[in-house]
Amino acid sequence: MGKIINREDVIHISNLAEMDYGSDEIDEMTLQLDKIIEHVAKISEVDTGNVSPTSHVLDISNVLREDEPRQSVEPEEALKNAPESSADGFKIPKID
Amino acid sequence: MELISMKAHELHELIKKKEIKAEDIARAHIERIEETDRNINAFITFKPGEIIENAKKIDRYISKGGVVRDFTGIPISIKDNICVKDIRMTCASKILADYTSIYDATVIKKLNAQNYLLLGKANMDEFAMGSSNENSAFGPVKNPWDLERVPGGSSGGPAASVASFEAVCSLGSDTGGSIRMPAALCGVVGFKPTYGRVSRYGVVAFASSLDQIGPFGRDVTDCINLYNAISGHDELDSTSLDMKDKKDHEYKSGQGIKGMKVGVPKELMVKEVDSEVKASILNTIKILEKNGADIEETTLPSLEYALSVYYIIAPSEASSNLSRFDGVRYGYRDKDAQGLREMYRKTRAAGFGPEVRRRIMIGTYCLSSGYYDAYYEKAQKIRTLIINDFKKAFSKFDILVGPTSPTTAFRLGERMDDLLLMYLSDICTIPVNLAGIPAISIPCGLSSDKLPIGFQIMADTLREDNVFKAAHVLESEINWKITPKI
Repeated sequence: MGKIINREDVIHISNLAEMDYGSDEIDEMTLQLDKIIEHVAKISEVDTGNVSPTSHVLDISNVLREDEPRQSVEPEEALKNAPESSADGFKIPKID
Repeated sequence: MELISMKAHELHELIKKKEIKAEDIARAHIERIEETDRNINAFITFKPGEIIENAKKIDRYISKGGVVRDFTGIPISIKDNICVKDIRMTCASKILADYTSIYDATVIKKLNAQNYLLLGKANMDEFAMGSSNENSAFGPVKNPWDLERVPGGSSGGPAASVASFEAVCSLGSDTGGSIRMPAALCGVVGFKPTYGRVSRYGVVAFASSLDQIGPFGRDVTDCINLYNAISGHDELDSTSLDMKDKKDHEYKSGQGIKGMKVGVPKELMVKEVDSEVKASILNTIKILEKNGADIEETTLPSLEYALSVYYIIAPSEASSNLSRFDGVRYGYRDKDAQGLREMYRKTRAAGFGPEVRRRIMIGTYCLSSGYYDAYYEKAQKIRTLIINDFKKAFSKFDILVGPTSPTTAFRLGERMDDLLLMYLSDICTIPVNLAGIPAISIPCGLSSDKLPIGFQIMADTLREDNVFKAAHVLESEINWKITPKI
């Protein structure tokens, strides 16, 4: 349907993203995604033969520190926003 | 002078001299919000009772001889993607509608240390994705200058709250222009610091290599002071800059710009820039020249690709960052789903709004097997070219200038059906985030239909001082008046 993106791509990507699209939404998403990807694909015309990809905008190096125990989030605090929890953990639906 | 029209530094003088109480300032702003925010919709969370209680606490602190610092007792709105302990934080999303922060962001800790006054959490585009503040699960924010127009985005609430005199100052976040662009459209000052200057600890990550927290104010001085209050090294953010081995260029007010070298990149004066905006920018450049700056047109050729590079890198990082919203540890969960995977998929489908879902899809595609090299890695290579173009420009110029937004505030709904037109709104601000440099937007004039125009000043990494110097000179010459129609 699209020039670059088709329905199957959208279904595949939504699987990777773990995010449902209803069958009625897939056509619209295909068109939108196709339009955006077609636009950004213009970067292919740039010659980047000897250029390294940016990993960080400023030149800073790894930050290391001693592994010392310190105050952290209390379990009850961490569980406060959970949709479902038990005394000591997050509750999830059955793993299928 | 009416309390709500005063700047933070003016209120500070009065508080220091004990001529006014924090409670009086708080009441004046609460009254203003109650009067105007039903039309503006700048706030998602606003609790007058708690504000008064906190203001009284600050007054007790002051009466006991507590030190009055720049923001002691000053009412500030905070974008709703920044954590304030025990306060709801929604990111303007259904998926976080009932989330309560369990800790303070570093910027909030720093403001708390000054005894600032939290006014409330400000509306925004969902997860900071948007240029009009129309992508909010809590309804769009309206522009105080014209209620039928957008305030810009994604920090529409922060900008509109300051422009409408509901808040004195605000904190927003800027990933591709989300502070500067709404500041321009609302006629206030907005500043995006050098990447790494302000800790990102406690701001909900959108695109981690681009996000930076920054201030909004009604003048340059308030923005500088607020920036000074929130910046600094933080061991809780590994990308935070430790300045001990770097030169810090401190800005002292009144330095002037005689001999300052100013570049005008032609790539920022693109055809999309409206003719009235262009005229106003050229006029403002003349003011710089009149004050002794040397002006020269210049070129940064790779900026032509900045928008495309941004719309690959930002969604890619977002698709990874937003994978944490899965209905397990916090936020909305689809409770009818059968099994774990269906729960993930339905929760994310129903919890995220259309623009956020779209960007997750773009990012997932660009990072997916077979496409990574052509999109994500290629974009990061062009990002290197963009950084190099800026480095070259700053070897010659102290600042680069141009428009903040190609147009003034557009009408609500006008760009919602045209994604690429909406994305183009950020064409002048995006290069700054890709290069990690600091930039400010200051109001420089009004269009014929009485809408604010923003002037953008950019400087090299860590050269905030050059941005502030030029901004201060322009501000003193332009004599800007904020006159919203509410």
